Amino acid sequence: MTDTVAVPSGASTPDPAHGLHLLREMVRIRRFEERCVELYSDMRIRGFLHLGIGEEACAVGVMEALEERDSVVATYREHGHALARGMSMRSAMAELEGKVEGCSRGRGGSMHLFDKASRFFGGNAIVGGGLPLAVGLALADKMQRRDHVTACIFGDGAVAEGEFHESMNLAALWHLPVLFCCENNLYAMGTALERSESETDLALKAASYRVPSWDVDGMDVVAVEEAARHAAEAVRSGGGPHFLELRTYRFRAHSMYDPDRYRDKAEIEGWRHRDPIDHLRDRLAAAGVLAEGELERIEAEVEAEIDDAVAFADAGTLEPVEDLERFVVSERADAETAG
Amino acid sequence: MSAVTYREALRRALDDALRRDGRVFLMGEDVGRYGGCYAVSLGLLEEFGPERIRDTPLSESGFVGAGIGAALGGMRPIVEIMTVNFSLLALDQIVNNAATLLYMSGGQFNVPVVIRMTTGAGRQLGAQHSHSLEGWYTHIPGIRVLAPATLEDARGMLWPALCDPDPVLIFEHGSLYNVEGELADDAGEVDIEGAAVRRAGHDVTIVSYGGMLRVALAAAEALAGDGVDAEVVDLRSLRPLDTETLVASAVRTHRAVVVDEGWRTGSLSAEVAARITEEAFYDLDAPVGRVCTAEVPMPYAKHLEDEATPQVRDVLEAVHAMGA
Repeated sequence: MTDTVAVPSGASTPDPAHGLHLLREMVRIRRFEERCVELYSDMRIRGFLHLGIGEEACAVGVMEALEERDSVVATYREHGHALARGMSMRSAMAELEGKVEGCSRGRGGSMHLFDKASRFFGGNAIVGGGLPLAVGLALADKMQRRDHVTACIFGDGAVAEGEFHESMNLAALWHLPVLFCCENNLYAMGTALERSESETDLALKAASYRVPSWDVDGMDVVAVEEAARHAAEAVRSGGGPHFLELRTYRFRAHSMYDPDRYRDKAEIEGWRHRDPIDHLRDRLAAAGVLAEGELERIEAEVEAEIDDAVAFADAGTLEPVEDLERFVVSERADAETAG
Repeated sequence: MSAVTYREALRRALDDALRRDGRVFLMGEDVGRYGGCYAVSLGLLEEFGPERIRDTPLSESGFVGAGIGAALGGMRPIVEIMTVNFSLLALDQIVNNAATLLYMSGGQFNVPVVIRMTTGAGRQLGAQHSHSLEGWYTHIPGIRVLAPATLEDARGMLWPALCDPDPVLIFEHGSLYNVEGELADDAGEVDIEGAAVRRAGHDVTIVSYGGMLRVALAAAEALAGDGVDAEVVDLRSLRPLDTETLVASAVRTHRAVVVDEGWRTGSLSAEVAARITEEAFYDLDAPVGRVCTAEVPMPYAKHLEDEATPQVRDVLEAVHAMGA
């Protein structure tokens, strides 16, 4: 912790219904991405596919803390954020299959999920590229006197980019309502944090811009949600930007192309023992919240939802090639902004 | 009518836009207290206050990206970059975000941002403040690129650019700020779609834009003395290009020469020449000529800078070489 703000410990147990909701959301993301792997092997999903398996607590915890009117800017490892934010699984899966029914009409793919309805401003695949956008969205909110929060999700790799520093400075200088959420999974693709940063305490870096900052156990969804709620409330009530370093780990390789030669098997195994889903499951069970058969019921419902999403995507259509050049520029009728 | 400078015409456009729409604001390095690097925004801070005339740190990528984000969030930002060379620090935001978001999102998120910047040589500012890189930007689908060469366009292009739901880049040639001329007191918005024939003629078409328009017009005057009646076309919009006007002129005159302050290789002049060749080939009496900046980083010394950039004599030479 690098600020005087009282930070929630994450030690509390959520109320039963909410605890089960958090568990279900993480299971949805995990199983969705596992299905993506199968579809990728089956050549039905192509391109780069970055999985957040192991990092579900970050996506779910942060999105739980936001209101409908808030905005989200995410990175290219954003399936979890999009689903937790409320994008339908059908829409996401159709996008991955390149269908016109997908959230971005098949023009974005895995790295560029967008959803106006949930104010989800992408999937940005330039590391650090989303941070200035989040600053601008927050500037628009501030100038229009709206009490909205813009949550900006990025990884530890982004911290090495100039855009991180420019954005932290601008947001702090102008006291803008941005909640910066750095998912520190310890690797920028294959480069370990200590091989790319002279100062590996990322919360400390953010604090140097006078942004209230602290680190959170990113494998504990309850801790992430509590910290994100606390920070989002502070941002919303005029406290300026806040920064959370969510300490997490991806269980799988960077992308489907990555042979994962740079990580120690023991290290991966060690983190797998901290699986955020297992962790919450055990906690809910210990508290007597997870009834016999409850997890199985959740799993069955999630599987049905995924089956439905895949069927929807499979039955989807391809955008006519005549429409290739649509949306390079606005069709005037579509031309109002999301603000 | 009253005598105003190009700078004043730009300032009037900003003033007008800020009055007309509360969502419009100006952001950039030294636009406020300093009054603008080229004094374009002088006095606007006092008039509109620091929230709408917003000084930024030297963070081109950060504040250009913030302008894009603010546009996504419902504002109508005008972002000023001091010079085109500095815009390279914001290329990621312009090319990877502003130009792509609408398409990548399947039509969901348009970006109504306007980005203004100075371009061009002629002021002995050396190789990091003098290049004409607007041609690079014309390579990018998803953005509109404008080059006001006249007082009317300096005054009138901003508002329609702000009304465009998509990103617009406006390039102001640095040698034009002090140019003075007559401007109607009620001058207002202009069309931003088409090229304009600035001088009608029969014998050769000289195509130019921005800072080179004056060179083209001066060359046309000199040619008139030699009995050559030149037509001068001002591109005005560099992307999209008004191919129709270009081709129609070339078909009429049977000869075309492009005057572009960018370098020749991989340039806007190459694109213009290609379009004329593609569509007017059988009407041409000579290959399309080009007058461009020498392929060197811009030198400081005046005689070298003059040698490097297109001059009237270079245009005359090119026109005469094609038999006009």
